Amino acid sequence: MNRLEQIIPTGIIAAVGIWVAWVSYTQQPSEAFLFPRIFSGVFVALSLWTLIEAILGKGAKGSGLSVSMVKNFAPGVIIMVIYLFWAAKFFGFYTATTVTFFILLSLYDPASHNELKSWGKRALITVCFIAVMYGLFAKLLRVYTPREIFF
Amino acid sequence: MDFIFYFGDVFTFTSIALLLAGTFFGLILGATPGLSPTMAVALAIPFTFKLDPAQGLILLGALYTSTVAGGAVSAILLKIPGAPANIATTLDGHQMAKNGQGARALQLSFLASLVGGVFGILVLIFMVKPLANVALFFGYSHYFWLAILGVTIIGSLGSKSVVKGLLSGCIGLWLATIGFDDILGTQRFIFHPALGGGIHIIAALIGIFAIPQVIEMFAKGRQKVNMEAIEVEKHSISQAASEITRNPRALGIGTAVGTIIGLIPGIGGQIAGLVAYDQSQKFSPDKAKYGTGHPEGLIAAESANNAMVGPSLVPLLTLGIPGSPTAAVLLGGLIIHGIFPGTDLFDNHPEVAWTFINSMLIGQVVMCLFGLYIAGLAARIAQVPQSVMAAIVLGLALFGSYSVQTSMGDVYVMGALGIAMYFLERYGFSAAPLVLGLILGPIAESNFVTGSTIAAAQNGTFIYFFTGWLNFILIGLVVASIAYSAWSEISAKKGATA
Repeated sequence: MNRLEQIIPTGIIAAVGIWVAWVSYTQQPSEAFLFPRIFSGVFVALSLWTLIEAILGKGAKGSGLSVSMVKNFAPGVIIMVIYLFWAAKFFGFYTATTVTFFILLSLYDPASHNELKSWGKRALITVCFIAVMYGLFAKLLRVYTPREIFF
Repeated sequence: MDFIFYFGDVFTFTSIALLLAGTFFGLILGATPGLSPTMAVALAIPFTFKLDPAQGLILLGALYTSTVAGGAVSAILLKIPGAPANIATTLDGHQMAKNGQGARALQLSFLASLVGGVFGILVLIFMVKPLANVALFFGYSHYFWLAILGVTIIGSLGSKSVVKGLLSGCIGLWLATIGFDDILGTQRFIFHPALGGGIHIIAALIGIFAIPQVIEMFAKGRQKVNMEAIEVEKHSISQAASEITRNPRALGIGTAVGTIIGLIPGIGGQIAGLVAYDQSQKFSPDKAKYGTGHPEGLIAAESANNAMVGPSLVPLLTLGIPGSPTAAVLLGGLIIHGIFPGTDLFDNHPEVAWTFINSMLIGQVVMCLFGLYIAGLAARIAQVPQSVMAAIVLGLALFGSYSVQTSMGDVYVMGALGIAMYFLERYGFSAAPLVLGLILGPIAESNFVTGSTIAAAQNGTFIYFFTGWLNFILIGLVVASIAYSAWSEISAKKGATA
């Protein structure tokens, strides 16, 4: 794992720690920030420690990310972000879930993409999953989910 | 002996149905590689909202017990541990399956799990009430230190890096303070409208435990499920039962090691299985047979990882310190029903506490019976492609987090925390201390603020929080847990360079 790969996450956390401490010590009323003031000091100290360790090349913990891993998960994560942060609300939960589920199956399914049978299998799994989700959440738990453009 | 009076509450139609459903799905989820017991319990919490607290906990407890035991199915038949707790099970379990003894290995595994699990729950039953009474001596300062101890002990003992573990705990404490301050109503750290109501613990738990596993499955790409699946032949259960009774040494070592390790917060089932396997080998006259498909190794590992389930709940139910990440999720399940561990739980809600504990005792038997008869089915389901599992977990995470408060804000928080957690884990940060900080943060803060107010009217904050034998003990434990872990880490580094 290269040094820069360690410096970026530890640097972000150190920046968050410093921001938390700054807000805790500058915002009023001070009584509301009494507890954040205590732990933010420890937060900053530990985050700077990990940052310095990363800069010195001593903090290599965790398995990091490889290029092939990023290539593999990037399409899935992009679809997941669109689904969670936009599509679910915009299209309605069940429509967005159906589309996302089918896309993810198609993207990551190791079965052949040239056979009609495997596409039919994916469609069937998607329909079954949505039926179970509808039964569980709409009928059993009676959760009223956003139904904007579609269902 | 209070628990006896509440046995009847487990035998209602709803409770039994939840116990059976939790055990069935738990075995299947446990057998599925990549799906951890913690994630299974976190995803199930939204289903408990409509249930009364005891029934909700029955479902979560059954899932917890059976996912740990279910992990043995894929460990034995596929050589892939369903959960980290089953790593030691693969060593002899899979070899037995390869030698044409798959059914025997599964039967021994579930019977050993039953013995270990029942013993662990009995330890829980007999330790929990006296220890809960200790909590009567606790004041605000002690609860503050106890909450800090909960974060530091998991942050230091349960993490690969002490500094990163403690830092994860600090991040959790910070996340817990986001939203409106309870006493003055002041806005704190609200940098997005979705955070206005603070971070809901259940949405956070789902995100932190489910989303990283979804991304992990994506990261494997279009990987074919290339597992060395083994067909299960027929084997007599009574023969397996008599074989278990002929191996008291391995069973005793596994059960004792699992129980002791379960009582120590932050250690976990993975260590229990491996330590039990190692100790059983040391005391065995057939040392050389270990690793070649020797039943003793399998019995020791499986009895240990189930024996730790009950004791891991002792610090949770008595003092509010979860002994494992899954116990932390169970704490979240208690808190959303307005129930707090300790004397409150046993004095004001004894029916919840004892029904839950009794259901776990009965759940061990149900788990064993289900395991003996549906292990083959669970192994087939475990071979479902990761793409399907990832999509199912993602869908459940969306619906589950939304149903907490029917708020899109919770979905955004779940997604953002989950994605952030994946990257943090890749760089050595741990989910468990972060979650502990998030759960115990409000408890630490409320006790600190109330304690400070009392201290201001008495002898001052320093004397209130830093003097008295109970404060000394708790502060000592905080320091000792950090010092011990730091010493272990430095020793390991020196050992690696030598």
